[in-house]
Amino acid sequence: MADTMQFDLVAPERNLMSVPVREVRLPGTDGDLSAMPGHAPAIVNLRPGLVTVVDDKGTEHQFAISGGFAEINNSSVSLLAEIGRKREDMTQEVFDEMMRSAVRKKEAAEAKDTAHGAENIVASAAKLLADMEALGTHIGLDPNSSTVPH
Amino acid sequence: MPSLKDLKNRINSVKSTRKITKAMQMVAAAKLRRAEEAAQQARPYADRMNAVMAGLAEKASGSESAPRLLAGTGDDKRHLLVVLTSERGLAGGFNSSIVKLARQTAVKLRGEGKDVTILTVGKKGREQLKRDYSQAFVNHVDMSEVKRLGYEHARDIADDVLDRFETGDFDVATLFYNRFESVISQVPTARQIIPAVIETAEDQEIADSVSAEYDYEPGEEVILAELLPRAVATQIFTALLENAASEQGARMTAMDNATRNAGDMISRLETEYNRSRQAAITKELIEIISGAEAL
Repeated sequence: MADTMQFDLVAPERNLMSVPVREVRLPGTDGDLSAMPGHAPAIVNLRPGLVTVVDDKGTEHQFAISGGFAEINNSSVSLLAEIGRKREDMTQEVFDEMMRSAVRKKEAAEAKDTAHGAENIVASAAKLLADMEALGTHIGLDPNSSTVPH
Repeated sequence: MPSLKDLKNRINSVKSTRKITKAMQMVAAAKLRRAEEAAQQARPYADRMNAVMAGLAEKASGSESAPRLLAGTGDDKRHLLVVLTSERGLAGGFNSSIVKLARQTAVKLRGEGKDVTILTVGKKGREQLKRDYSQAFVNHVDMSEVKRLGYEHARDIADDVLDRFETGDFDVATLFYNRFESVISQVPTARQIIPAVIETAEDQEIADSVSAEYDYEPGEEVILAELLPRAVATQIFTALLENAASEQGARMTAMDNATRNAGDMISRLETEYNRSRQAAITKELIEIISGAEAL
């Protein structure tokens, strides 16, 4: 069996990365998971968090993503993320933008909740926000610096 | 018979018009290349999204609990037409062809006794539809401030559409835009986005890779519920990009025609100018000669 597999990080606007890798560690909604060559085919929902990619030379690369999903195959992993950035490129500004959209989503969900009584939407939006905050703390950015419009 | 001076003025004004249309054509050509590139780069995401959706939808469509975005509301009485047009004119038949298609659809749907509401993106379409359908307008998205088309614009439109769907404003949503075929050919297209229409993946390789048996984490339904709104945004994004490329293509062709027309007109006017100049010279000569003979 080959010891590497193809890894693609795809954003709506363009392909961000396409390299052979040994291992990919993904932040799944139900817990982190790691994919290596020969993984059973799976489609996994991702929460906002860090993706760690180990390339064929054994070097680790980290990406921050805003959620999305990953398609895992025997020989490839495709990650579809709305926003994906190298950890080095994650600035407070970019993070603020991600936080803002999460907060907006939560507020929209709460507003809808009072009208329709769909609790799970609020719960999932709240989880999204919490995940986003955790991501910020993890990479050393302040989740509260964004000025959230009310 | 216009005087020599009039002709000269006309020639000059047509010449400067030609300069402008020529410049616009060149700008459109440069923008077209960029727009085409953007559309190309967005393709992998859309293709994969479609492929995964197709696999999931096949499984879920049979079940009772299929999400409403996929299964529909069980009704098709109320239609939302999302009409994507440009912010600027001078692009040949670009905007009119989209509006024409949207209008035909609206007339047909109304004829069948259905409700039609319209959401416009881009000023030009709104202007053209305003006369007949201003009652049907539900919202307008202004893109005039947008320099570079991004996914967030598509997502904003999608969020708006999805919100309206959630509150039960419509049953079926259709997107109207120009599909970019080539520089000289743009095809006005209507594409239903809600309920989702699942396309079979064009790329055979991707289609094959998806047909494999997948494990779904957390579960098929949960993923599908997450995916469907994203798929709507992706489809809108694809349409916006295609539309942007089509707009530049249409403008380029239109401006190319205008430049050629101006060239033809200039040569016609110049022939006329030269004839009148010759006539004037001949007339003067005759006057001189007959004056000399009279002596």
